[in-house]
Parts: sequence; structure tokens; C-alpha cells
Amino acid sequence: MRALTPGIAPSRLEESAYRAVFADAHPPMSPHEALVAADRCYFCHDAPCVAACPTAIDIPLFIRQIQAGLPEAAAKTIFDQNIFGGMCARVCPTETLCEGACVREAAEGAPVQIGLLQRYATDALMDRGTHPYRRAPDTGKRVAVVGAGPAGLACAHRLAVKGHAVTVYDARPKPGGLNEYGIAAYKTPEDFAAREVAWILGVGGVEIVAERRLGRDMTLDELRQDHDAVFLGVGLQGVNALGAKGEVLPGVRDAVDFIAELRQADDLAGLPIGRRIVVIGGGMTAIDVATQTRLLGAEDVTIVYRRGRERMGASRHEQEQAAAKGVRFKHNARPIRVVGDGAAHGVEFEYVEETADGLKGLGETFLLEADQVFKAIGQCFEPGPAPSLRLNLGKIAVDAEGRTSIPGVWAGGDCAAGGEDLTVTAVAQGRDAAESIHKTLMEA
Amino acid sequence: MADLRTDFVGITSPNPFWLASAPPTDKAYNVVRAFKAGWGGVVWKTLGLDPHCVNVNGPRYGVVYGADRRVLGLNNIELITDRPLDVNLREIKQVKRDWPDRAMVVSLMVPCDEESWRTILPLVEETGADGIELNFGCPHGMSERGMGSAVGQVPEYIEMVTRWCKQHSRMPVIVKLTPNITDIRYPARAAKAGGADAVSLINTVTSITSVNLDTFSPEPSIDGKGTHGGYCGPAVKPIALNMVAQIARDPETAGLPISGIGGVTTWRDAAEFIALGAGTVQVCTAAMTYGFRVVQEMTAGLSLWMDEQGHPDLAAIRGRAVPNVTDWQRLNLNYVTKARIDQDLCIKCGRCYAACEDTSHQAINMSPDRVFEVIDAECVACNLCVDVCPVENCITMERLPAGAVDPRTGLTVSDEHADWTTHPNNPSRCAAE
Repeated sequence: MRALTPGIAPSRLEESAYRAVFADAHPPMSPHEALVAADRCYFCHDAPCVAACPTAIDIPLFIRQIQAGLPEAAAKTIFDQNIFGGMCARVCPTETLCEGACVREAAEGAPVQIGLLQRYATDALMDRGTHPYRRAPDTGKRVAVVGAGPAGLACAHRLAVKGHAVTVYDARPKPGGLNEYGIAAYKTPEDFAAREVAWILGVGGVEIVAERRLGRDMTLDELRQDHDAVFLGVGLQGVNALGAKGEVLPGVRDAVDFIAELRQADDLAGLPIGRRIVVIGGGMTAIDVATQTRLLGAEDVTIVYRRGRERMGASRHEQEQAAAKGVRFKHNARPIRVVGDGAAHGVEFEYVEETADGLKGLGETFLLEADQVFKAIGQCFEPGPAPSLRLNLGKIAVDAEGRTSIPGVWAGGDCAAGGEDLTVTAVAQGRDAAESIHKTLMEA
Repeated sequence: MADLRTDFVGITSPNPFWLASAPPTDKAYNVVRAFKAGWGGVVWKTLGLDPHCVNVNGPRYGVVYGADRRVLGLNNIELITDRPLDVNLREIKQVKRDWPDRAMVVSLMVPCDEESWRTILPLVEETGADGIELNFGCPHGMSERGMGSAVGQVPEYIEMVTRWCKQHSRMPVIVKLTPNITDIRYPARAAKAGGADAVSLINTVTSITSVNLDTFSPEPSIDGKGTHGGYCGPAVKPIALNMVAQIARDPETAGLPISGIGGVTTWRDAAEFIALGAGTVQVCTAAMTYGFRVVQEMTAGLSLWMDEQGHPDLAAIRGRAVPNVTDWQRLNLNYVTKARIDQDLCIKCGRCYAACEDTSHQAINMSPDRVFEVIDAECVACNLCVDVCPVENCITMERLPAGAVDPRTGLTVSDEHADWTTHPNNPSRCAAE
């Protein structure tokens, strides 16, 4: 049986099973389902769901537009605030954002299905294949955007709408950032990330320059000289170190790299997967790598997190989804060393408890067998490319409009301080920086 | 067990739920299914003189939906029976013979001349039917030919035809009234003057349910054209209740038996009609939407409610609400209430605030943390907040006790009755006694 192949091996599933593995996590609503779901919205005054949305989409209005039979109009309401409304409908942790704030969640534990309704609306408009925004007349201003992730492209799109000429540089071969390289495959099937980027670029006026890395292929000063403004949406390139012995043994790798490889794999069967897997971390990345390796045929997948369940960065919903797929959780344990002889065979953990002075080892240890170990303990901003930027808690310091310490340079997304590291937050920051850039350029 | 048996102008049935004259009662097949399901009686779909009517060969019904395609209102352009008279008469006779305990009333519509009525009445009487219902109500199609609501809109015609029917038949005569008039009391009085044993109401309301925005045709659309139909279903119940009440409390028609029709969907609707004086209720849209089995909810629900309330039979509830229907001018102006919001039940949707702030009296305060509280000094007790609140009993109207000061008016609440008839602002007030 393929699943029992020891070590890290490709083709753990039957060939025919791969297609179904990464089918849509939450299939789209049918028109009737959408009408019924939309009808549950109370059209609240000063609605809590809007306040809970980092991009402040007018949710009651767009749901009312679905009710009234015009999902395309609903989509326009969404895109006015969030041009990545399609992706956010798929990946937002709605249970902690809009749906968590829905009064029907408070009333009956069953919120209006805002995420799925947003997907229904945005799909309806995007499936038309046309772009809903028309560019303003050319302003003659040129803006450089570094990083073609959600922050950078949200910024670029808004700037393009305003009539500016935008060049987006990205280190990777494809635009999209974490939407393309990071988010779990089952959340964005059928190449949605790439299709969405192509649709966003349909506004015109945005040039994508691939495989150009800031600090390697160009400097911030060069960009400033050649453009009227610069937006940095470079994300987080650094990966936190485990600090455990044996970390360099074969079989141990960064979860983000693996997910990127998975997302770009043409043939999932060719992707080597361990039989027994340990994932170290407690965030969305840990959940994503654990769930996906389990779906790809790993026999045992265990997420080990050093603190309690309530402290995990991954939402409760995400945890439950992973558990439903057979992922096991262990809490309050930290890795001491990766055990192995030429390759990882297991990880030794020590139980810890959280005290006022931080985590305290309890002396009791246990060993989890593992031929594949993923580190998902967070990423960090690497200031290398732009050493002169002022930082705040290790990320680029920005003001409320996204301005950095360097005149003419804005930043947003995961690389900027403030806000959660979510797609929707990145979109909001990119969009708001674009408004600030526009205001600044037009005043000049 | 509450006794649901009904004696309506001498027509008995095991319960007050009759199927109204409409498509569900057009044939023996349907009516037998209805009786098997438990319906107390039927009013057979309207018969006319041969040559029989024809119907359109396209859609006959239009609809107004609520959430989840729930049928709130149904409109139809179907005419009276499109089957030969003798076929209907034969089936009526057979069904009545097979189901002697069920009410069998036959709806009739023939031209407004005495000879036509004199022709059809003995034919119906021969079937053994319990009574006839004169269809003076249908507002579509037949009215263009001087029948249906064209008769019901002219009290003199109602009286004349009713009199013919009483003269030429021994059967009880129920006159079915159209709501498409300005004052329902006039046709009801005319029916009584003509000797009617009872009235039934309402027939359907003249209506266009929707317009197709692709073709710009009214719906239902027949080859790109539409015509007004008759509207019925839950949407028309309030209109029907009011008209039933008007007849029940009119001194000239008080006591005239009424068969209540209009949007009866559950036992509760039926109980409301009966409380306003109806002796039986007639149902159509609920059956057409859900099938005949809905009667089982209606009989069980009515029976259970009556048992719980200690009402032994229908006579115990019939007309009980009639004395409480009054004129605006008789409403007690010293009945002062204020909205009260139960903070434990409030889910903070803010609909009460939006409604009051935008469209009423700015009498609800919204705090930054979404606590909604009534400002008594502004609250006129209009009830809009209660009506739009999605949580039942979260907002209620509470009466200020006598002796309390209404912060809005600064006046002390009195426990005396005071109404418009004696109000100082009323130019034609009566002197206080």
C-alpha cells in the first residue's frame, strides 16, 4: 500500500485521488442558496460586520444587492473597498472578522454566511471577464510598487484607477505573493490566484516586472529617483529559527517553502510527502501545511505548539477543519532536538507551562516519530534591502496613511508594522497607501 | 376535545374548514382527495351555463414571493369551470352522495337575467347540494362579460339576483362579495335585503403581480401581454379581516352569517376570522401551495388552542373580537405606553434605531458600544421599533400607570377613558357627560 511507504516519498495516493484532494473547501453557493442566505441579513444599522472588516466593505448593502437579484452590483460594492474581494471571500478568517461580529452569531450562533455570499457576488462579476473600473486620465505620475502580493497589487490597482502609471516589481516569477505561493491549495483551487491577478490587471496602466528583487537587482534609492513615489509591499522573507538541535538534518524544512513548492507543482503526485509528519507552530501556516500533507497521504500528522490551544494564531475554525482531516494537535510542548541519523527520524519535545516570566520547561519529554518535520514558527521582515528605513517591532514603521520614515516611500502588508498578517489587512493597507500617494502626488 | 362541528345556515360540516370555490374544487377527483384529507366542506368551482368557458392556454397564475420563495400572494386569471355543466352536476351529485357529512356548496355565475338563474338553480338543487354561493366576486375575465365582480360592484344587482335565487330555489344562498369596492357594507346590506342567508368574503383583489423587465409584459404573460388577475393568499388576509369585521359590526348586517375567506393558512388565521364573526372559513391558496394535507394542521391546531383556552365549541369564540373593533374616535387617548427594550434579548442590530431615527420620532438612543435605549420624552409609542425588531418580545410596549407623568407631554396619566369625541381639539366634540 502506497500510504505505508516509509520515509519521504511521492505518490502516496492513488493517481485518481489527487484531483479530489484539493477540491474547493467551501463550494460556491447556488443562486437560490444565495438568496436564502442573503435574506437572513438584518441590514443592521452601523453594522458590526463592517466595523470588523479591515477593508470596511459595506456588507449589508452588498447582501441587499444579492437579495435584489443583482450579484454584479453587489460585487462592485465589494470591489470598491477591496479589489481582492474574490480571494478574501475564500481565505478570510471570517469567523473572527465579519461573521464573528454578525448579530445573528450573537443571537443564534449562526451568522449570515458573509464569506460565501461575497464569493457568490464576486464570482458573478469576475465570470463576466470584464473589468469594472475605468482609469482616470493619465496623470503623468509614475509609481513603483515593490512586491506583487495583495498589498502591492491593491495599491497598484487603486493608483492605476486614479490615472497613475505603475510598475510592480516582484522577486518571484509570478505575481500574487502569498495568494499565489502561500495560501493552501484547497482554499484557492483552479488557479484562482493567478486568474484574479490577471483580472485585477485588466484595469490597465500596471506593468509587472518579475524576478527583480529589491537589494539584489535594484536599490530603494534608484527606485525613488526613477519614480514619483514608491510603495513597499515586500512581505516577510525571513524565517524564524527553531533553535533546536538537529534543525539542519535532511527532512526538516520551512513550511512556507514547502507550501510554495506545493502551490507551484504541476503534478502533486510527484511531491514527496513524509509518512509521519511533525509540524511545529500554531499559526495558519502550521494548519495549512499539516492539512495539505495529510490530504496528500501522510499517515500521521501532528501539530505541536508550545502554548495552549487558546493562544494559537490559527482560528478555531481552521483548527477544527484540520482536526476533521485527521490532523492531531499537541499543546504546551517545545522542541528540544530533532533526532536522526543522516535524516530526521523524530522530534523530542519537552512539556512546558506558560508563566509570568515566559515558558518554563517541566523536565518531562516525549518523542514523536517523524520523517518529515516542518517549521512553521513565523516569518520575519528582513530589512537588508532598505537599511535606512525606521522599524517598529522589527517591521517597517508606518503612519496611519502608510508613510514610512523616508519621504516618498510608503509601505503596507506583512512587512509593515501594525495590523494582522492577513490578506485582507494587506489589501486595506495597500489601498490606503495608494490614496495617500495620490493625494501627495496631486498636491505636489 | 373541542367540538369543531359547524352548522352554517343549516349546512353542517365536521369542521369549519371549507375549500373555496377555485381550481382545487373543479372536479370530483380533487374534492374526494380533499375530503379524504379531512376538509369539512367545499364550495364547488363556479358553474356557468353551457357552452362552457374556456381558459387561456398559457400561464394562469402570478405570484409574490417572500423569503425562500415562500408564496405570500397568488394571482390568477383563470375563469369559472371550463367543463360542461352536466359533467359537473353529475360529479357533484355523486360526491355528495358518497360524503354526506361534508358540506357541498355550489358556486354559480350566470348572466344577470332572471331566466338564466331560473334555468340553473333546479339543476343544482337536483344534485342534493347543501347550498349555493353566488359568485359576485371574480374581478377578471367574467367581469368583462357583465358577471362576477361587475355584479358585486352594484348593490342593486346583488339584491336583485339574490332575490331571484331565493325565489327559485329552496337552497340556502350565500353571496360571495368582491373586495374591489369602496365600502363593503353596501353590497353586504344589499345581499341581506335580497334575502341572502349568508355572505362570504373576500373574493380576490384586482391586481398585477409583477412586470417582466426583459419583455415589459405583466405576469402572468400570455404571448407578451397580461391582464389584471385576482390576488389572494396571506397577503390579502388583513384586507379580508377588516371587511369581515365591518359587516359583523354594521348594525344593518350584524348577525348575518359570514364565511370568512382571504389568506387562511394556519389554524390561527381561521381562529381570527371566527373571532371576527365568521361561521366557517374558506381556504384556497394554502391548499394550492402545500396540498390538501394542510387542513390537518388547521383542525389539530384550532382544536388544541380551544382546549387550552377552555372553549368547548366554535360558538364560544365566534364573534368574540367584534365588540373590540371600534372607530378611531373611540380609542382611549389616556392609554399611554412606552417602548421598552429588553437588554438581555437585544442582539444589537440597530434596526429599531434606524427606523426611529430616520422615519419616526428620534426616541431611541444608541451608545458607542451599541446599547439601544428608549428616550421616554420622545417616544410616542408608535410601535415601529417593535415591528422591525427581529427578536420576538425584545421590544414591548408598556403602559404607564395612572398617576405617572408622561415625560413627552408632561401630563399625568389618567385612568379615565378619554377619546377624540370629547377632545378639546375636536371642533365637533360632544360635551363631556
